[in-house]
Order: sequence, then C-alpha cells, then structure tokens
Amino acid sequence: MTEPLSRPKRKNPLKKTPVPLLPQGTRSRTALGLTAAAAEGRFQLQVCVDCVMVVYPPRDACPRCLSPRLPYRDVANGGTLLAETTIRISTDVYFRERMPWRIGTVALDVGPSIVAHLHGDLREGERTRLQLKLDKSGQAIVMALPAADTPNMADDPQWRELTCDPKYRRVLITDGRTAVAQALAGALSEAGASAIFVGVADPWKPFPGEEKLRRIERVEIVPLDLTDTTSVNECAGEFAARVDILINTAEHVRTGGIIDRKGLTIAREELEIRYFGLTRLAQAFGPVLRGRGADGVNSAAAFVNLLSVYALANWPAYGAFSATEAACLSASLSLRAELRQGGVKVLNVFFGPLETEWYQAVQPPKVAPASLAREVVRALQQGLEDLFVGDIAEDIRARLAVNPKALERELGS
Amino acid sequence: MGTPDLIAFAGAIAAGDIEVIDLTHTLTPEFPTIVMPPELGQCAPFRMEEVSRYDERGPAWYWNNISMGEHTGTHFDAPVHWISGKDLPNGSVDTIPAENFIAPASVIDISAQSVANPDYELTVADVTAWEGLHGRIPPRSWVLLRTDWSKRGGRDYVNMHEDGQHTPGPCPEVVRFLVEERDLHGFGTETIGTDAGQAFHFNPPYPAHYYMHGKGRYGLQCLANLDLLPPTGSVILAAPLKIRRGSGSPLRVLALVPRTESRA
Repeated sequence: MTEPLSRPKRKNPLKKTPVPLLPQGTRSRTALGLTAAAAEGRFQLQVCVDCVMVVYPPRDACPRCLSPRLPYRDVANGGTLLAETTIRISTDVYFRERMPWRIGTVALDVGPSIVAHLHGDLREGERTRLQLKLDKSGQAIVMALPAADTPNMADDPQWRELTCDPKYRRVLITDGRTAVAQALAGALSEAGASAIFVGVADPWKPFPGEEKLRRIERVEIVPLDLTDTTSVNECAGEFAARVDILINTAEHVRTGGIIDRKGLTIAREELEIRYFGLTRLAQAFGPVLRGRGADGVNSAAAFVNLLSVYALANWPAYGAFSATEAACLSASLSLRAELRQGGVKVLNVFFGPLETEWYQAVQPPKVAPASLAREVVRALQQGLEDLFVGDIAEDIRARLAVNPKALERELGS
Repeated sequence: MGTPDLIAFAGAIAAGDIEVIDLTHTLTPEFPTIVMPPELGQCAPFRMEEVSRYDERGPAWYWNNISMGEHTGTHFDAPVHWISGKDLPNGSVDTIPAENFIAPASVIDISAQSVANPDYELTVADVTAWEGLHGRIPPRSWVLLRTDWSKRGGRDYVNMHEDGQHTPGPCPEVVRFLVEERDLHGFGTETIGTDAGQAFHFNPPYPAHYYMHGKGRYGLQCLANLDLLPPTGSVILAAPLKIRRGSGSPLRVLALVPRTESRA
C-alpha cells in the first residue's frame, strides 16, 4: 500500500532549491505518436492496417508483414507484469536523485511486451493497467498501475513525478469573478490543494458568488488584474514562489465577427484580458515556476490555459473572440516549450459554449462550469497536456481532423 | 486699471501668500473608472508599461508608455462629451478657448448630508442658503461640490450596489438654475461623474451632463482636497490635454487660495 503523502514541511531556507532536471527527451518522429496519446491520456499503440499486429516499440514498418501503414489506435491496456527490477544506481542525473526506481516487463494482452515504469503497489505476476504518461521532459513513457485502484495510489512517488496532482499544492486562480473560477476553487479545495489564491481585479466592484467563494476552505482572495502589468508583477512578487499550479480563468466572451464590431475598443479589451493577460502571467510567474519544477512534494507543476475550442477553428458568430482565443493557443504552445525546461506542464483545456450568461443565446449542449472544473482537476491529477471537455469540443476537434475546409464552411454558414 | 503685476503674483505664490492646492488624484491603475454594462465598451483605466528602466532596453533612461480613457482619473469633461453639446462651437478640449481653463470657484459643502445619505441631491434651496452666507455665485465661476467623497477608498468610494452606484450629486433643477440663473462656468465633484450615482433615473438622465454641456459649460470630476478650499475666493487652473476632437482629458487641477489669518 502506498504511504500517504504528508503535508510538506515549510521549506528550509538554508537549503538550495534543486535545479529541475529532465529525463532523456529525444524521440523519433514516429515515437511521438505515443506522446500525442499520452498528452490526452489515451492508450494508443501502432496497429498494422494490413495484418492487425499491435506494434511496440514504435516502428516505421510492421515487423510481421513489413507494411508501412502503422497508424496509432486506441488499444486495450490490460496486461501482466512478468518481471520487475529495482534500479538503485544510475549515471543519469535525473534518475540518480530519484533512486530507487522500479521498472518491469509487462506482457500486454493485445500482444507486445513493454518495459514500463512501475507503480509501487504493483507486484510481479499481477495483472496491470498500462498508461501512457508524459514525463518531465514532456515525452511519453509507459507506466504500469495495479489492476484495481489501491489506497493513496496517487501519492506513489513515481506516479506523482508524472502528474500535476493539486494535493498539497498551492494554486493560483487568476480571475475569481467567473463561474468557472469559483467552481474550480471548490474542486481544488476538495482535491486537497493546500492553498487556493484567487485573483480579483477591481475589488471595488462586487461580483456574484463572492461570499460563497470566500467561504471555500483554504481560499484566499488576492488582488490581481490581468490587464495591468504592475498588478500582475506585484502579485507575482508576493505569491509566485508559493504558486505550484497556475490556472488562468480570465475570460472575455463577446459575439460578433471582425466587421460587425464597430471600432477596436472591445477587441482591445479582449486582447488585454486574454492574450496580454496570458503574456503578463507568463512573464511574471513563468520564470519562478520554471525554477521550482523539482522543489519537492509541492514542486511547481502546471500552467493551465482555459481555451475556447474555437481557438482551433474560427466560429464567425464569435469571430473576433475566436481570433483572440487562437492567439492565446499559439502563445500557450510557446509557453509550453519554455516551461518544459523546468519540468512544468502546460495544460490546455478546450471547451465549447459554457452554461453562462455570455452564451445565453447559444443552443445546448453547453458545458456546466462545475463539470469543466471537475475535468480540469482530473486532468491535473492525470498529468494531461490537452483536454477536450464536452460534446461540442469533441465534435469540433473530430471534424477539424477529418476536413478543416468543410468545418470552416460549416461554422461560417 | 494698469497692467496686472504677474511678477507680484508669482512672488505671492513663492512667498506662500497664495497657496497652491492640488485637487488631483494620482493616476494609478487601481483608481476606479465609470462602469458601463459589461456588453458595452468601457472607459479604459490608467495603465503603464515600462519601455526601459536603465536596463538592456535603454541603459541610461527610464520611461513608460501610458494608456487610459479620456475620462479616467481626475478629469475634465468638454461640452462635446454629451449629446446636448455635440453641435456647439469650440466644444472639444482642443478648441476650448485657453482663458476658460482659469476661473474662480464657489465651493458648496454637502459633506454632512452625504454622510447621512449617499444619494443626497444638491437642491436649489441648498444653493440659495449658501448664497445667503457667502454671497451670490458670480457668473463664470466653477461650482465645486464638496462631499468628502474623495476621502473614501475602494468599495465605499464607488458604492456600487445591485441597483447601481450610490453617490451624491445635483438634482436636475439645481443644474438648470446654476446654468441659467448663475451662468456657471462648470461643475466639479469628488465622485466619478458630475452627476449623482443614480442620475440615470433622473429626468433628464444625467442632468449635470445634459444641461451644462448643452450650454457649452465644463465638468471636473474625481477631484480631491476640496475640503482645503474656502467657500469663495479661490481660482482654479484646469487645462485639459489638447487632444484633437477630444471629449475630455485627465488633467492636473490646481487651486490658488489666498492665505488668510486662520489658514496661515
């Protein structure tokens, strides 16, 4: 049974903060298919189109029939742990400071045998579930878990190295006025976050849900205005070293395309709040997050962007809004590469219209703020990098993958 | 009358015989701006981005780019700000005659009433009572409404509730009276806006804006330190930025006040 994590002690100020090291992160282009699956928490391996063989490790031709047609497909993740090894000595600087480290060979029911990282509750000969996870270098590795959940299993050190679990971590929610932010504060409190700082701009402006938000356990309201560089810098000055997970909840949802809006006032507000807000957060908090990626149980773990799925494909009814979201998505990908050097993940969460006043005229299905919050917490607990929440997000994504031009016309009609 | 002695005037300022009182709030990002319903465009608050600060972006110099709305912080309202003043000549900040930026002030104190009732409305009776004590308001003078509102901070200053803002201001009749019977130069307040917080519900809505700007007169708002001014005898320097076709502008508002025995 996994030893439950205890709340980390206050840091010894005389001790040096370890530099975040990364495990080996080079993969072949073909092997990056595993990374793509891991990013979303899918278990995918190459499956030969011609002879249906499940292939691992990634290859460019089927080892049985030599077919080059080896797309990644979802496959069953059950298997048996054939043999385990505990590594006690390594020359790799990343693993050296994390010894001992258990690995083992798993015979998958669908065919191949895989060398996997082992969860502490899994023993030789037992049934196992395999998961593809992103390690600190941002690349896929295979983790073998017990067939059924065990007590405190999320606290396993090898597992926690792969996740961004909010338990005993300190979270900053950047804009507490939104329904999503308030739901997130509750969900994170339940998930065991040790502090939830919630930014509020213009404190002189009351907002709905304020009293309830203040009553959530371990929530602390802090002044933070994403449109104001000074405010973001001051907030970072006070809190950056105590923020392990940053969730940017800023939103600015307005209808209208590029022509329909008269002038730039709304577009500027949108960019100030969303794109420049993200930039300010990245500049103020990014360097500290990146320096604290290996800072113990409450190491810096994740920067979370909440993005409209229309960042991927413009919806002209909300055309200018979609363009701003696309800018944020692009920035988030740069940020992801920049934070990876510190072993900090960028989680991008895509969703369609929300069940909020700004999508009042939009037909259902819409995503409830509470379910979005729940999914974000789950994605952090799983260490995901890309998350699609709700039917609309899944649908847009699927249609985009099949035929982007068709989707463009459909969204614009 | 001979040539006015400006050197003596400057000397009086230097000697402290004329006090210069700053009626301006510091421009900060936090200072509240007027709030419109969220689906409408908003008045941009003050923002400052560092261009360089003796660093790799400019080794020997420090400077910032700033941005804000025309109606941010302590600011001046020009007649074109309101629809009633839109067709008047010389109604924007760049065309207002420069001599209009210097005018005497009458300061009416309703701070006690405003403590008791944040929706307190200045009435004609208040003005005539004031005139009974201090004399008739001279033509072309600012009327500044002292409420001590500038001493409040944050939520108390804006005093926003579910039914809108609750801050003191003039009733419609008194604005008409001041404009038509007293030929006032302009109206100045400590609150956000020359009108009361609930003035949307007045008839006409926002009477200070409507009547004053309709007559080509000016507004000053978010003023501070009105409690340091005497009821009469001060002169206000309020020159907005020269923005082409500008409807208003943040500005530095100064009051010149003769030092009296009691103030010395």
